[in-house]
Amino acid sequence: MPLKRSDFSLKIDRAAGKIMAVLAWLSGLIVVAIAAGLFIKSLPILKSQSLGTLLFSSSWFPLRGQFGFLPFIMGSLWVTGTAMLLAVPLCLLTAIYLAEYAPRLVREGVRPLIDLLAGIPSVVYGLWGILVVVPWVQQAAKWFNAATTGYCVLSAAIVLAVMIFPVIIHMTVEILRAVPWEYREASLSLGATHWQTTKKVVLRKAFPGILAAVVLGLARAFGETMAVLMVAGNVAHSPASVWDPAYPLPALIANNYGEMMSIPLYDSAMMLGCLILLGIVLVFNILAKLVLMKAQKALQ
Amino acid sequence: MDKRRLEEAVMKGLMAASTALILAVLLLILLTIFIRGAKAMSWSMITQTPQGGFYLGKEGGILNAIVGSFYLATGSTGLAFLLAVPVVLYLNVFCRRGCRTAAVIRFLLDVLWGVPSIVFGAFGFILMLTVGLKASLLGGIVTVALLVLPIMCRAMDEVVRMVPSELLESSYAVGATRFQTAVKVVLRQSSGGILTAVLIAFGRGIGDAASVLFTAGFSDQIPQSLMRPAATLPLAIFFQIGTPFPQVQERAYAAALILTAIVLAASLLSRRLSRRWSRHSIR
Repeated sequence: MPLKRSDFSLKIDRAAGKIMAVLAWLSGLIVVAIAAGLFIKSLPILKSQSLGTLLFSSSWFPLRGQFGFLPFIMGSLWVTGTAMLLAVPLCLLTAIYLAEYAPRLVREGVRPLIDLLAGIPSVVYGLWGILVVVPWVQQAAKWFNAATTGYCVLSAAIVLAVMIFPVIIHMTVEILRAVPWEYREASLSLGATHWQTTKKVVLRKAFPGILAAVVLGLARAFGETMAVLMVAGNVAHSPASVWDPAYPLPALIANNYGEMMSIPLYDSAMMLGCLILLGIVLVFNILAKLVLMKAQKALQ
Repeated sequence: MDKRRLEEAVMKGLMAASTALILAVLLLILLTIFIRGAKAMSWSMITQTPQGGFYLGKEGGILNAIVGSFYLATGSTGLAFLLAVPVVLYLNVFCRRGCRTAAVIRFLLDVLWGVPSIVFGAFGFILMLTVGLKASLLGGIVTVALLVLPIMCRAMDEVVRMVPSELLESSYAVGATRFQTAVKVVLRQSSGGILTAVLIAFGRGIGDAASVLFTAGFSDQIPQSLMRPAATLPLAIFFQIGTPFPQVQERAYAAALILTAIVLAASLLSRRLSRRWSRHSIR
């Protein structure tokens, strides 16, 4: 004979389970809602012009109703690409050092510091960019006989590279540490040096995971807004070198929100910009996640 | 033989150098922000709102942004907490280990984590247009809550997952329902980690600028209600560094110092607290 109170508890339990299931699905579906919301809002401009024109035309004249996103997509690619060129070698060297070479004390001391770098807000990076990187790049340009205000692709790339250091290093160190010790011991016992072991055994085994870490860093850099907005120069023209100003997609969206209501289709164009950004970042993220899941299975 | 040793030495040197370079950059950033901010800091900076407009007025401080940011981050962290706790308990107590639903929801939350904050800003803006809300503290709180939700969920999930299944089983064995187990055993066992998750979310929420740009607006006043626009520290930096007046830029430097200090404090506190609170949990 069950007690009344436990009947009541069971009812609560069932109700709570249902409510929590609904909340869990709602949270999971936020990302779908974001994509759907942006898509609905960008329908007007998609109806008025073909997607090909929007993506590959470089005439950006909102007042005449011409919305070519090419300069901004190129700006994003230049800034992100340069940032990756700067960040990847440094991150990999540091991660290998921390995972394979550094004494335990150094590793335990340095990893939290690098994670601290991840917590610094992006406007603060932007401010550092304005105070330190921009004047420095302006000086450096003189050695290369290039004229620049300092607000250019290179400055944005340096700031971005610093911002994605912790993302790439943190994950790469974890992936390297997950490679079983037996592999290293087997290689070392055959007479290979420490570096040969690292290069030919550990890195080869960890390669897919490291690739995923790099792609996650890339996605983070591609979507980064404020720091880039503050140092990239924001000229709506595809850059031709790292000394030229760029106008990456996120910066465009952030800069033009206030006035977009006054020009027809402008708000819709901005929403399309968000949708393009979201699409690219999500593809990178999901790819990285799938590679990572496979890599983890392979290591176990 | 020599060549191998040489390669080893060269690579090791490069690695140590790049680690040192990255640490030097971290130090350079912190020093730049703290030294420049300390120069701009004064008593009136933290006790007054800007006088004569935040963009042009040369007098006053950044109290509006300090209070606004505090309201915004507290509100959004609280809102995200109310949503994250049931979600995480559902994933770990109500779903069986390795069940498909939990895997799908975790994947979706991970995907949400990767969404750039400017996109959250645009989505928040669409939501506000739909319900007819103007740029306000409330709009900012809801948007930032969405932004920190996946961060908080994952941080909580990582600790709640560590609760040993024996503990759940012994709770069921004495007749507790899943809900009672979730609230009275699992929550208590992982309280340290949950606090850490809250602090991580707070640090992320207070520092984000792109998501509040269109949703919370900016204002010279301290917000008196949820429907009023609110100034925030990140935007105080962004707007005030863009003026031609050095006196106004000083306010940006001071705001950067305060913001960085808050974020670092939250990060360090979360590390310390998680160790301290986990003393009482059963291992």
